[in-house]
Amino acid sequence: MLLHFPYQTDSEPPPFELKGSLFTLTVLHLFQLDEAAIERRLAEKIKQAPSFFDNTPVVIDLEGMVLPPEGVNFNGLYELLRKHGMAPVGVRNGSPELQATARLAGLPVLPESRSSGVSKKSERAEPALAHAQIIDHPVRSGQQFYAPDGDLIVLGAVSAGADVIADGNVHVYGVLRGRALAGIKGNAETRIFCHSLEAALISIAGRYRVSEHISPTDWGKAAQIRLMDDHLVIEPLIR
Amino acid sequence: MATVIVVTSGKGGVGKTTTSASFATGLAQRGYRTVVIDFDVGLRNLDLIMGCERRVVYDFINVINNEANLNQALIRDKRVENLYILPASQTRDKEALTKDGVERVLNELRQNFEYVVCDSPAGIERGALMALYFADEALVVTNPEVSSVRDSDRILGILASRSRRAEQGDIPVKEHLVLARYAPERAHRGDMLSVDDVLEILGISLLGVIPESPAVLQSSNAGVPVILEDDSDAGSAYGDLVDRFLGKSLPHRFVTVQKKGLLQRLFGGS
Repeated sequence: MLLHFPYQTDSEPPPFELKGSLFTLTVLHLFQLDEAAIERRLAEKIKQAPSFFDNTPVVIDLEGMVLPPEGVNFNGLYELLRKHGMAPVGVRNGSPELQATARLAGLPVLPESRSSGVSKKSERAEPALAHAQIIDHPVRSGQQFYAPDGDLIVLGAVSAGADVIADGNVHVYGVLRGRALAGIKGNAETRIFCHSLEAALISIAGRYRVSEHISPTDWGKAAQIRLMDDHLVIEPLIR
Repeated sequence: MATVIVVTSGKGGVGKTTTSASFATGLAQRGYRTVVIDFDVGLRNLDLIMGCERRVVYDFINVINNEANLNQALIRDKRVENLYILPASQTRDKEALTKDGVERVLNELRQNFEYVVCDSPAGIERGALMALYFADEALVVTNPEVSSVRDSDRILGILASRSRRAEQGDIPVKEHLVLARYAPERAHRGDMLSVDDVLEILGISLLGVIPESPAVLQSSNAGVPVILEDDSDAGSAYGDLVDRFLGKSLPHRFVTVQKKGLLQRLFGGS
């Protein structure tokens, strides 16, 4: 069934629709408005990657910009960037005065960036996979532990009714009676290790098996669980 | 400074109040100034089992709300010296248990007593959380039955994560297991979990095994903590439990099947 907005008539389709969308844009961090210097630097960049400067939309970031005493000529800057294959779509950050001048030159002001937060996160992402979360007590029924970006290591039993979840591997140095989920963001290389397999559910990268489908020969044994050809494989833990 | 001990279980009907009454009575019998508090606001039972129901004038909630002071609300046990009961309110609900109020009352009791025993209501809601929040030690009461063990496991998780000691990163609450309503013959036949099964799942130290016994029902109907029936099996098991809590090393009784004689084997029932 189709849902119509109340103001929309059946016969006439609307001429346009407004929808939010996310774009990745090149940001030009402007430090000083020395047009000659900018032009020299641009020429260098264009020599390195000519195809990049083909009507490329850019956002001008004014955060590190020192306000020159003579004021800012955004119109001049705009022409300069256009000439070198860039299409400024707006400015962000900077002082209110700078933003007002940009607006006068027809450049919209984009909302505050969260770039500092984003860059911190991406900096952290690489070493984080090596970072493990260690639980040095038993995980009891009703408790749930999740290790984002890394391994979860439990020094003790995981009770029935408890969940141990990781983006990386799950290690249980005790009896695993609850549910263990490794690689929940889809990493098929992750594994589950436990001292005694009595799990309610085991899952790797979304492939799962419940206790009644765990073979009696594996039950109660030290085991590792991994994915092979998209199938869960339970193997005895080699000592 | 007094030790605050919560008697808890998660599941209802497993013997929390019976254990609280006997444990507190046993501590007092051995000379320690002890108070037992009923946290089961709205469904008070402790005063019935302690046989002081008709002496309740003011209760725990009255003290929390500053409507009465502790001396007015505390009921002195008539049988055992050093033993006091702080009853729950019958007419209020558990929302009346505010964290600040409970803390204030417990702090005041800590000044005057050596042991403060908190009888928790069943469940994992406010009443149970308030009963365990300030605890230094916990008696986790379990029956040899899968759902009871599961609920105790849940409560152990809450003790380890949501008690004040856990929140403040102090030494964790010391956990003791009390296995109540145990029948060795039925465990032996596989009808109920054995002591070892329960210990393997919960992984905490065993303080005592209380046998399934008609004495428990009889004494609670009579308003007498079963520990005072010292010729009964459950009563003597509670006696051992209190001694073990106070540091004595005693073997666990009532955990193995009694060997039957020849005549019993020939003519005995099962």
